[in-house]
Amino acid sequence: MNRAAIVVCWIMAIGLALFLVIPLLVIAAASFSPTPVFDLPLTGASTRWYGRIGRLDGFWPSLLLSLQIALLSTAISLVSGTLAAIAIARGKLPGAGIFATALVSPLMMPGLVLGIALLQGFRAVGFTAPWATLLVAHLVITLPYVARTMIAGLARFDFTLIEAARTLGCTYPGSVLRVMVPALAPSFLIAGIFSFLASFDNYPVSIFLADVRTKTLPIRMLQYIEEAPDPTLAALSTLILLGTVILLFVSDRVVGLHRMAGTSD
Amino acid sequence: MTEAALPAPVTAPAADREQLVAIGFVLPSFVIIAGVFALPLVLLLGVSIVDANGLTFTHYKRLLGMPYYLGVIWNSLRLGLLTTLIAFLISYPAAFALARARGPLRSVLLATLFLPLAASVIVKAFAWTILLRSDGIVNETLIALGIIEDPIRMIFTETALIVGAVNIFLPFMILPIYAIVAQLDPRYAEAAATLGASPVGTFFRVILPLTLPGIIAGVALVFSLSVSAYVVPTLLIGEKYPTLATTIAKAYLLAREPGFGAAAGVVLLGIAIAVVTLSARLSREPK
Repeated sequence: MNRAAIVVCWIMAIGLALFLVIPLLVIAAASFSPTPVFDLPLTGASTRWYGRIGRLDGFWPSLLLSLQIALLSTAISLVSGTLAAIAIARGKLPGAGIFATALVSPLMMPGLVLGIALLQGFRAVGFTAPWATLLVAHLVITLPYVARTMIAGLARFDFTLIEAARTLGCTYPGSVLRVMVPALAPSFLIAGIFSFLASFDNYPVSIFLADVRTKTLPIRMLQYIEEAPDPTLAALSTLILLGTVILLFVSDRVVGLHRMAGTSD
Repeated sequence: MTEAALPAPVTAPAADREQLVAIGFVLPSFVIIAGVFALPLVLLLGVSIVDANGLTFTHYKRLLGMPYYLGVIWNSLRLGLLTTLIAFLISYPAAFALARARGPLRSVLLATLFLPLAASVIVKAFAWTILLRSDGIVNETLIALGIIEDPIRMIFTETALIVGAVNIFLPFMILPIYAIVAQLDPRYAEAAATLGASPVGTFFRVILPLTLPGIIAGVALVFSLSVSAYVVPTLLIGEKYPTLATTIAKAYLLAREPGFGAAAGVVLLGIAIAVVTLSARLSREPK
């Protein structure tokens, strides 16, 4: 590439990095606003908004609900998605390619359409308990993330290594535990983190299954923003961002962001 | 071949038993995808064409025959097209710089992609409502720089909508392109130059075709996400820019018209399926 093109590329990359980070920095700054309006640039700093998060109407039940649904749906999807990815990678399954596409396809489908389809479907079979419908619905949100990451991870795994370990005297469960599990642990972690975040942040599916008493945190947050946005919400957003940063930091230590970029196509 | 060479150290399970195990392994996922994804979507199609009196196409006639709803469909497509185009124009050159970056610089740039990707959509959209307020930072900066004299109305305009949508969906464009560009062998471009190709010729005849799979993946992903976005238009433009997504939500949550909402959902689903099918076909075509 010639010099001018390289300069343009770098300007775009740095501009893009700034553009992506600015909203996150603004939220963090606004959470320390000394006044109830978002007075930026800051004329002082106050941490009182953080103390008010817990007093937001219905905050604790919603946080608990979102955590329960995200953790449980991620756990179930990790197990079923990994098993499916193993079967697909081993190549003993008829129609494996089509099934792999089907497993990932909900990622490309509009969330809102899935939401109303599930509402109709659950109603049709008389399944209306909000907590249970949310959990079942979130399986479809989390499973594609697990399937995509684990199928990509297993594509690089050499199954003859298990045979090799057995030839060398390992039992079958022992060779799976000592050869396959360490090789797939990074993919498993990435799959878990991204499916947890996808569930925890979901709005378009949850909104149709929630009721007045059972509202996930994103539903609650959108409601707060539309009703009365104040720095308390910025404080809550900052804490959620902080949690995300910690999760990403852990995965960077364990896997490396560079590898994540390569696998999350 | 290796199995024949070795004196069969472990007894291989019979082929049909292996297949049975494989089917057992995919069964839980199959039940989820079939029962909680495919079946409900088929049912939705049914709800959109059947009412108490039997088969009906009134919902589709209303949706595809009234200028207002054609405008709604166009709003969705316009949001998807503009977001995808702008995100592509920014991401493509940036991906090349990212692929050349090494060491801590690469880590920082990748972190700026992953953090927003992992951050909540509601949090990011909320941030843009703060940024674009008439007494917000963008206006104050423009006034301080002398570019404008009085604050301009930004929030609840189409500009706000597109800026926010590009910001939120950008990582989905650059990551697939970067994944391809990072694997690009620089010797292809060198070979083209050695063989007498101009830089422009090298770009259009070597680099662009080689990076096409990443472009197709990014474009398909960003378009299907932005065409059906709900949170972004709700917070950044509101009622005056009705899209298919906001129409669906209104039909179900306010107006209680499931048949009409389902029809709007089927149209949106049709757009998504068209994008997926087209991108799959394009990336399979031999280059």
